[in-house]
Amino acid sequence: MQRTPLYDEHVALGARMGDFAGWLMPIQYPTGIPQEHLAVRQDAGVFDVSHMGQVRVRGPRATAFLSWATLNDPARLRHGQGQYTLLANDRGGLVDDLYLYRDADEDYLVVANASNVEAVVAQLRALADAGAYEAVVRDESASWALLALQGPAAAAKLDRLASADLTAVRKNRMIETALSGMPVRLARTGYTGEDGFEVFCRPVDAPPVWRLLLEAGATPCGLGARDTLRLEAGFPLFGHEFDAASNPLCTPFAWVVKDKPAYGLDALRAADCRRRLVGLVLEGRGIARDGYHVVDDAGDRVGRVTSGTVSPLTRRSIALAWIDAELAADGARVAVEIRGQPVPATVTPPPFYAG
Amino acid sequence: MNTPDHLRYTPSHEWATEPDDGVVTVGITDFAQDQLGDVVFVELPEVGRQLAAGEAAAVVESVKTASDIYAPVGGEVVEVNQALLDAPEAINTDAYGEGWLFRLRVADGAAGNARLDAAGYRAVAEEG
Repeated sequence: MQRTPLYDEHVALGARMGDFAGWLMPIQYPTGIPQEHLAVRQDAGVFDVSHMGQVRVRGPRATAFLSWATLNDPARLRHGQGQYTLLANDRGGLVDDLYLYRDADEDYLVVANASNVEAVVAQLRALADAGAYEAVVRDESASWALLALQGPAAAAKLDRLASADLTAVRKNRMIETALSGMPVRLARTGYTGEDGFEVFCRPVDAPPVWRLLLEAGATPCGLGARDTLRLEAGFPLFGHEFDAASNPLCTPFAWVVKDKPAYGLDALRAADCRRRLVGLVLEGRGIARDGYHVVDDAGDRVGRVTSGTVSPLTRRSIALAWIDAELAADGARVAVEIRGQPVPATVTPPPFYAG
Repeated sequence: MNTPDHLRYTPSHEWATEPDDGVVTVGITDFAQDQLGDVVFVELPEVGRQLAAGEAAAVVESVKTASDIYAPVGGEVVEVNQALLDAPEAINTDAYGEGWLFRLRVADGAAGNARLDAAGYRAVAEEG
């Protein structure tokens, strides 16, 4: 099991540690998932996401290469700007969802899910070679620690620590600056639905940076709260909403797929959206968990839940599910089988809270 | 590990009081609530339902998982803790008090499976 540079910090804080994609990660701290969740919605929380992968892509035609290799359009990025993007396979599904930052004209930093780093590197290398793009694809994951400071007070807390003026950093922009003399990259993005920054730093600096953020008043948050926050915001998690058979054109993330040639795009376009990814709000008690069946009025199975939780903000039971396209309209009525009982649910576009 | 001496315990992490006028109060242990994490929903049995010892009687659901709660002794459900429907977190904050789940009128001659005393339960829980 791999450990991040912050492992000892988590243990010292009394975190409950658990396996996530081969990494021993903090699931929650003693205050508990709902309190961590609310801290991010109301103030600021900090997450260790150093398990995520960083992949460098550079070369004389790196932009042309990534334009072919990914479904969003890197040519739209300015220097120091990032975008959410997707890597498709050639069978109408996905390899991973990614964040892509443009450092220079032909120099990019890709942030991949921990479980998929090897697959991402392998596919990017294969596509670079096949297209003779002369792109260098290098796994830099061991060179980076990654923290996420998220919440409405995140920018104000970080601004007091940073050498640069963070109020000028717009969403999806990345800057290089220093926190107490430690070099960092700050990207105004995140996975919680809140304003905030992802903090890229050297592994050796991760413990002091973490402590700085805690001293600034950020609540330490584990992967449990990260999951309830992203779900409340309606964001997909690879391995749940997205996998090797998921067509992003049948999801609320179809906007990511731009109208240009890209690897795997023909297969995605050729497929029908027999099922669609939707949000569900349940009317009864119980959590709709990954793998639970969605049923229609007649009790026939019409889909499957991919993630579910109870919103710590609204206390409503919420879920994401792939369901038959004819039942996927906003307001449509379905039910989720929970322990053998159909619990009524309404198709509801995320986010599941008033932002 | 918080395991009050005046209670009886099951290997499946329920606690029960000694019968008072033939009625026992049932909940889950502090160890169990800590393992479950933050409780968000509770399903309670119907008052009047007859339960056999070891029968699934309630469900305690946390962010992490849903867990069946078994009757520690056979009997009739005479009261359930309705307050948990709105405030399930009481199971986390006060597992042996406000977090109680239901009360059973013990059936005549019923042999339960709340066979462990506090020390016996601690040994079971620590074994995992």
